[in-house]
Amino acid sequence: MIPRPFEYHAPRSLPDALALLSQFGDEAKLLAGGHSLLPMMKLRFAEPAHLIDLGHIAELKGIRQEGTEIRIGAMTTENELIWSKLLQEKVPLLVEGARLISDPQVRYKGTLGGDISHGDPGNDHPAIMLALDASFVLAGPGGERVVPADGYFLGTYYTALEPGEIMTEIRIPVPAAGTGWNYAKLKRKTGDFATAAAAVSLRLKGGTVADVRIALTNVGPTALKAREAEDYLRGKAPDEAAIAEAARLAMSICEPVTDLRGDTEYKTAMAGEMTRRALGVACSRAAR
Amino acid sequence: MSKKQMVSFKLNDKEVDMVVEPRELLIHTLREKLQHTGPHIGCETSHCGACTVDMNGMSVKSCTVLTVQCQDADVKTIEGFAQGGELHAIQEGFMQEHGLQCGFCTPGMITRTYRLLQENPNPTEEEIRYWMAGNLCRCTGYQNIVKAVQYAAKKLRGEPVQTSHPLMEEAKA
Repeated sequence: MIPRPFEYHAPRSLPDALALLSQFGDEAKLLAGGHSLLPMMKLRFAEPAHLIDLGHIAELKGIRQEGTEIRIGAMTTENELIWSKLLQEKVPLLVEGARLISDPQVRYKGTLGGDISHGDPGNDHPAIMLALDASFVLAGPGGERVVPADGYFLGTYYTALEPGEIMTEIRIPVPAAGTGWNYAKLKRKTGDFATAAAAVSLRLKGGTVADVRIALTNVGPTALKAREAEDYLRGKAPDEAAIAEAARLAMSICEPVTDLRGDTEYKTAMAGEMTRRALGVACSRAAR
Repeated sequence: MSKKQMVSFKLNDKEVDMVVEPRELLIHTLREKLQHTGPHIGCETSHCGACTVDMNGMSVKSCTVLTVQCQDADVKTIEGFAQGGELHAIQEGFMQEHGLQCGFCTPGMITRTYRLLQENPNPTEEEIRYWMAGNLCRCTGYQNIVKAVQYAAKKLRGEPVQTSHPLMEEAKA
């Protein structure tokens, strides 16, 4: 399995990468970790004439805190997320999610920005980004803009990233102390995409839900934000009945396609179950 | 055909200069041009881990890396393990603990073990299973692979090692 011929470019700076992208336009594809794009190229589902490798641009890497935000370079790898002391302490949901992605070798190469920008509903970071209320820095020929995760995912392989733009950074507001979290993912085996998964971030106050974000993986054309379930839970005590109703509301927005992982009904039921589990775990981790 | 490019990298501590098409995969350069046939082609879809090599301190599946991405890289394959006719501690571990049967996955397993033990010299069984999950073995059932990694870890830490499979003579005695 060998890709179609292409020209390879390895820019050393973001301006160089942007210049190449504007020069080659539609003919170019950006290469991040390569574990989605290269398989697609080997199968000839993608046939770019120019491949622009972002792997040699130092400014696209790194994890740091700036004020009340965690800022992560788009080319930061999954294993770097997992091993980050800062993230383990401040954004454990991201670490928990990254640990469930694919296998060790893929996590050395796969990047946060690549996972988000690819627009695959099976990828895990989109739902995690929705649950964390993240935003993305997109650099283009005319400068950069910051776009919230909520609204970024427009369809399968279709995001708000414009042609000519490169995702450079992911910004995550540091969750308040006492925030509970969980990423519950059902997968058939190591390396598989989720049959269904749910990302939850929530805060409790006086025994009721003060704030909650719920997002679902691989049960629709994009990661889905379960707004009705969130609205329902706010202000309620998260007992078994309330969590079951939230899971039912989450299921009501699912529209998964039937494939080898299961049919629509099964995947929808599993999305509900993952929501129920993630809410339960997040509540147990949250300060009361 | 697209324009060929020159790529220079280190392979098992030796400098190599290759001229390749950008679409050439690292596994093909290693096996077909550099005659390093230790890394195997199992699935060619980055699932099985048989093609695992060490690159710049990372275990990577060389069927999903372009050779042109290896400019200035430091690449290590199974061929770089045994020194002066002596097996590397990890190879010894796989031999002593019967960590292989057909041997097809073994170069990838050993190369992956090397990086795992660089990062975590004393992994628990759970950590071994989690961090070796990118390498499939269809023979052993993994039990003896876990033991082989534990044996190698001990030896590399400088602790005395003992196989959990006694030699025939000892069994008879």
